[in-house]
Amino acid sequence: MRMSKIVRTITALIFWAVVVFGLYVVIHGHLTPGGGFQGGAVIASSTALFLVAFSKEEFLKKYKDAFLSLAESGGLTLFISTAFLGIGTTFFYNFIANSGGIFGNPVPFGVNNGDLNTGGTLPPMNMAVGLEVFGGISLILFFMFLGAYLKPFNKEESEVHKE
Amino acid sequence: MVGKALKWVSFLFFAVMLIWGLTLIHPFGEPLQSDMDSYFIQNAQKECAANNVVTSIVFDYRGFDTLGEATVLFTAVMGVTAIFRGVMKK
Repeated sequence: MRMSKIVRTITALIFWAVVVFGLYVVIHGHLTPGGGFQGGAVIASSTALFLVAFSKEEFLKKYKDAFLSLAESGGLTLFISTAFLGIGTTFFYNFIANSGGIFGNPVPFGVNNGDLNTGGTLPPMNMAVGLEVFGGISLILFFMFLGAYLKPFNKEESEVHKE
Repeated sequence: MVGKALKWVSFLFFAVMLIWGLTLIHPFGEPLQSDMDSYFIQNAQKECAANNVVTSIVFDYRGFDTLGEATVLFTAVMGVTAIFRGVMKK
């Protein structure tokens, strides 16, 4: 069951724009408003768009649901392991900040131009949480989309489920 | 009749208490204890090396809170997947 050609064309046009905007919100989480949760929800809204406009067969061709589970559990595992890497001082210690390497540039006090290569453990944690939220919300949307077309439990079929 | 009177009395009681509480509220922008806010504003950019102080609080100073949120989301997805598991067998 797919929607009309107009809806499918517009979805094909703006699908990747939604994904890129979500990635922007996730990656700039330590500079601009937003972060992992918000950006992951934006990326997952592209899944909702795809599911509404196209059919579940086309969705399953594009995404395996094992991929979405892997994104969810892998994101949570990455988040916890990034937190554990700072266990030398405390749990959740920001050990990359001001170290000079990747994500390690220092930040001057007060108003300044943003530098993407700052933040220490904040950008990796934002990306991990974004991956987790994308996988989780996409899985919920996908399973609920499949469940909405289940047959009812009683014998006579209702009008809604006759497709 | 008694029930109606009780309704009005309780309504008036709560209205008076709410208005009384609103008059006692302290002015906006003047927190009673500003030690922690001042510490974050003065030191967060230096310690966490990030411009967005909200993100450095959420992911660094209060990291346990975010860990709990992520775990709650994970558990919710696990519950939905367990409910709808039979759908994928077809």
